Amino acid sequence: MTPETATLERTGQDAEVLLSVQNLSKHFPVHKGIIRRQVGVIKAVDGISFDIRRGETLGLVGESGCGKSTAGRTILRLYDATGGRILFGGQDIAKLSGEELRRTRPRMQMIFQDPQACLNPRMTVSSIISEPLDEHRVATGKAKQEKVRELLDAVGMNPRFANRYPHEFSGGQRQRIGIARALALNPDFIVCDEPIAALDVSIQAQVVNLLEDLQKQLGLTYLFISHDLSMVRHIADRVAVMYLGKVVELAPRDQLYSDPKHPYTKALLSAVPIPNPEVEAHRTRTILTGDVPSPANPPSGCVFRTRCPVAVEKCSAVVPEWRKLSGGRHVACHLVE
Amino acid sequence: MTTPTINTTAPPILEVEGLTTIFHTMDGAVHAVNGVSFYLRAGELLGVVGESGSGKSVTMMSLMKLLPQPPAEIVRGTAMLEGRDLLQLDPTDLRKVRGGEVGFVFQDPMTSLNPVFTVGFQLMEPLREHLGLSKKEARARAIEILALVGIPSPEDRLNDFPHQFSGGMRQRVMIAIALSCDPKVLIADEPTTALDVTIQAQIIELVKKLRQELGMGIVWITHDLGVVAGIADRVMVMYAGLVVEHARVADLYSTPLHPYTRALLATLPSIDSTRTERLLSISGQPPHMTAAPTSCPFANRCAHVHDRCRAENPPLVEVADGHDVACWWRPDPEGARHDA
Repeated sequence: MTPETATLERTGQDAEVLLSVQNLSKHFPVHKGIIRRQVGVIKAVDGISFDIRRGETLGLVGESGCGKSTAGRTILRLYDATGGRILFGGQDIAKLSGEELRRTRPRMQMIFQDPQACLNPRMTVSSIISEPLDEHRVATGKAKQEKVRELLDAVGMNPRFANRYPHEFSGGQRQRIGIARALALNPDFIVCDEPIAALDVSIQAQVVNLLEDLQKQLGLTYLFISHDLSMVRHIADRVAVMYLGKVVELAPRDQLYSDPKHPYTKALLSAVPIPNPEVEAHRTRTILTGDVPSPANPPSGCVFRTRCPVAVEKCSAVVPEWRKLSGGRHVACHLVE
Repeated sequence: MTTPTINTTAPPILEVEGLTTIFHTMDGAVHAVNGVSFYLRAGELLGVVGESGSGKSVTMMSLMKLLPQPPAEIVRGTAMLEGRDLLQLDPTDLRKVRGGEVGFVFQDPMTSLNPVFTVGFQLMEPLREHLGLSKKEARARAIEILALVGIPSPEDRLNDFPHQFSGGMRQRVMIAIALSCDPKVLIADEPTTALDVTIQAQIIELVKKLRQELGMGIVWITHDLGVVAGIADRVMVMYAGLVVEHARVADLYSTPLHPYTRALLATLPSIDSTRTERLLSISGQPPHMTAAPTSCPFANRCAHVHDRCRAENPPLVEVADGHDVACWWRPDPEGARHDA
């Protein structure tokens, strides 16, 4: 795809849907006792639905343990889904196996949170980046070396570093290596799982700018998982908010930040500190009480009701439906008109 | 702002002068702290901001002598706490200060609580050690202090182990332990970094409230300029083991003077601002601190660098009332905040 069409589709409302997640669930069994009998289930992801259009960035935000990383991994089939469908380019990849799944893998890649942990310390940068090329038999010999050089160049690293080891690089540079590896097979779709959380503030901006440049050049589609709501406001086109395994609200970026509908989104936004003392001094906060309940034993009805400042009786009895509002917004709350 | 009244004429309770710490490692010396000076008044909250490796934690650990020596070596400096130099205290006296007059809250509440003792035991230990309370008195005080930091049914929870608490609750326990002996100074090292934003907001509200009630001086180490904006009275910005800028919180955000501070503020995406096309970024990496800085350590990343910066390290000088900066360059007084 050319950069021009990528930009066009980013702004267009009816752009092609690249990935459609429908009622996706991932439940982990809990085993106990000598014979490891299953005693329960952790509903890490419990019936989430959203579309991602080609060339778009969907931000997925929520607190730790809300299931956002599990959602990202399940979409890439790093976990097998318990239920639901994952339509990638029209094909349901939740059901694929063996060779068919292998053939779709190059089109979907992942960038991990901890650049220290996701790079093998015994492999050189060159072998890390060319591993996917070997695995999918894309290039060998001279062509492979040339591709590695191109990739390093694309992520703003000196190709002369190809024979060095990961420990010789700083955190920001290591994250660039991880990005180069993700790009090696020319993917359409990349799950960025907290790609900047382990980096210093001054380095975060470098990596985010790189991700945006690459998206423009290569027409990439991102699922950007993060707990940093300020950065998501910068990078995402639309934002989905997760709480305890469920998506509670999804809206175009500006609408979500200026006019949040779900009480959880409101509380989350009001908890983010603003780097301006004058604004901070005059802010009224919604402070949520208590902690996130355990996903092994979620509350009945609406999962947020135990911390919700406006919960009513109905919330504990009826699970709120995932409703479509005007302007491409979705919300799951009884109290939103 | 709901700041408690701070007596700005009273002598500071904590005054650190020229603190210098070196680590002797296999790869040679690392100059982690290179002559840091600061003060703290009663009832005041000093924010310490900087990236990882800027020396903010090592500074605070040094003055409580919490670093193993060797590899660490405190080369120079004084740390006066009400007329006594903490760096000259013998181990017995220092033990009385730690957890007594100076409380410490660490970043990770899971690794700083002992997993094999109950929370009650860990909370009562300093009370019996420092205040000489009996078991019964310590227990009563422990319940009182757990209630103060907002832990529901404190009496029952005394017998629980740390793993039975959530992250936010564990950090409350850490704060309770640090506060238990009525410290004059509380040092909080990234106390909310490991926590989610909604829990962070709870802890920040708690600290604001406690500060008003108890009137101790607080040093709050963080890399989050947003958190500092909401709670600090004064802020010092550290880079490469040096204080590069120090100002009252409003001055620092409205008229930052050091190019590093200006760049940090400019690179931040804010939740209340509309999208900019591209984030400003600071190019390059922080320096390796294998030698004490002889030139400005920020020179290689600075937008306003000139010859003098590479020849001489600028000293920290007061350029406006209560506003210190270590830089040879001065911004245009009309200059906007985000021109870095």
